[in-house]
Amino acid sequence: MSTFLWTTQLLYVIAASCFVLGLHLMNNPATARRGNQVSVAGMVGAIAVTLAIVIHSGAVSATGWTVMLAGALVGSGIGLYSARSVQMTAMPQLVSMFNAVGGGAAALVAIHDYMRLTDAGASVATSTTVTTLLDVLIGSVTFSGSIIAAGKLQGVINSAPVTFPGARIVNVLLGVVVLGTGGYLIATPSLIGLVVVIIASLAFGVAMVLPIGGADMPVVISLLNAFTGTAVAMAGFVINNWALIIAGALVGASGSILTKLMADAMNRSIPNIILGGFGTGDVAVAALGGSGSIQSVMADDAAIQLAYASKVIIVPGYGLAAAQAQHEVAALADLLESRGVDVSYAIHPVAGRMPGHMNVLLAEANVPYPQLKEMEDVNPEFARTDVALVIGANDVTNPAARRAGTAISGMPILDVDQAKSIIVIKRSMGHGYAGIDNELYANPKTSMYFADAKTALSELSAAVKTLVG
Amino acid sequence: MSTALLTDLTIFILSLWVGFEVISKVPATLHTPLMSAANSIHGIVLAGAMLIAVTANNAVGYVIAFVAAAFAAMNVVGGYVVTGRMLKMFKRRPTAPGGDGSTTNGRRA
Repeated sequence: MSTFLWTTQLLYVIAASCFVLGLHLMNNPATARRGNQVSVAGMVGAIAVTLAIVIHSGAVSATGWTVMLAGALVGSGIGLYSARSVQMTAMPQLVSMFNAVGGGAAALVAIHDYMRLTDAGASVATSTTVTTLLDVLIGSVTFSGSIIAAGKLQGVINSAPVTFPGARIVNVLLGVVVLGTGGYLIATPSLIGLVVVIIASLAFGVAMVLPIGGADMPVVISLLNAFTGTAVAMAGFVINNWALIIAGALVGASGSILTKLMADAMNRSIPNIILGGFGTGDVAVAALGGSGSIQSVMADDAAIQLAYASKVIIVPGYGLAAAQAQHEVAALADLLESRGVDVSYAIHPVAGRMPGHMNVLLAEANVPYPQLKEMEDVNPEFARTDVALVIGANDVTNPAARRAGTAISGMPILDVDQAKSIIVIKRSMGHGYAGIDNELYANPKTSMYFADAKTALSELSAAVKTLVG
Repeated sequence: MSTALLTDLTIFILSLWVGFEVISKVPATLHTPLMSAANSIHGIVLAGAMLIAVTANNAVGYVIAFVAAAFAAMNVVGGYVVTGRMLKMFKRRPTAPGGDGSTTNGRRA
């Protein structure tokens, strides 16, 4: 091993250590920013080492330098612009797009290496073929799947599950094509064969994500994040690069854990999500409990209840994120606090579109971090709460989850029904993602305030000011 | 099985375990920033994209090198910037409403 190789490998390992340390520091909100900085430092180091390797090789033509630097500049420009300009509510789509390009780049690394080997007419080692195939398969599926996922969240593509007759047969056929061609390639290197795998994998990515509803997209994006990491690690095997292997494996592992946490919190299994259809087992839809009448309430009455409460817990959900009403809710909370009301927020693990997404949205609206309470911490507090204000949250508040035999049975929920009174801001009586009635709405303690979250919250603030000033 | 492959495999498997251990300790509130952070780390594929340029010697190779570099750079730069933006919001705000000591630290109570 030459001194140069020795040094570069060692530096790669140091850079990879920065990634591990960076992720570790993200355990805690207090050190999370430093964690990201450490991770950036590792990345800058790894890229610098790579640049040194490229220069040291002395094999790069002028055209090679031009395309490499031009590509890096164009990509950095787009990345910087989109990351700076994106609305926080649209952030999951952006993460999905970064998954797409990351997976695409990983696939391209292996594709290029395979082209180089087959052009030279050399025999390709079985291990190289296998890792190339895995990289191209995972990378291509991630590329097309992530674009579809982003399109669904952005509303460009129908976010309802899109199915067509024979979809399952198409999937099976695509799988057979990938496996068959892959097996053939191990025996006989062929660029055309690889192209077939690429096309089939791209189609498979589309076919995999299209039938999944928008509600499950966070889980899917997290899964695709893990896929991208794995594809990058495979690319590392193909070109024998430690930095790619370590960083890719780290992300593959983290993405898998996150995916599982998200799926658990929604009481869904990952195979269920991928195969589509809610709760494939016993979906005996629970009927509303006996006294099923719904009371609605206007802004003034709701405002009075809130203003004279001593303890209010706000339960934000997807409806708040969709209406981008985080600033309005923060304004209302400030107003109530200035009147001496104890206000806190109950954050369900999957509130919003991803775990922690709601925290980010509320942080953007300058909600003090200590006011945000996680499910386990806040649930015992509902019994002492005068008003629970539910804003665009549905399934995560449905007491039906406590009983067996419903689509959401066993899903951890916020014990909103324990509060002395409940105000629900919601656009309509429409169903949540689970597609079942929310028994909370029929509770005699509950009043429904039918309005868009943003409008409703502004009206509430105005009403509090004028009525109790 | 070559020594290089064995080394790669060892590194891969150990890194997976490190990933599982490091990640599983993160509180739910930081999951979205964490996802974004992990997302930026797989931008390391930029290193692989740069190395394409070493062996590229025809038009198709150059096109692939360009697209791969652009994709990877978008991933890494965008990923870190958006993660930074998210994390900035967890910073304590001395002028936060409510007045009392409730904002002394970003740490969970």
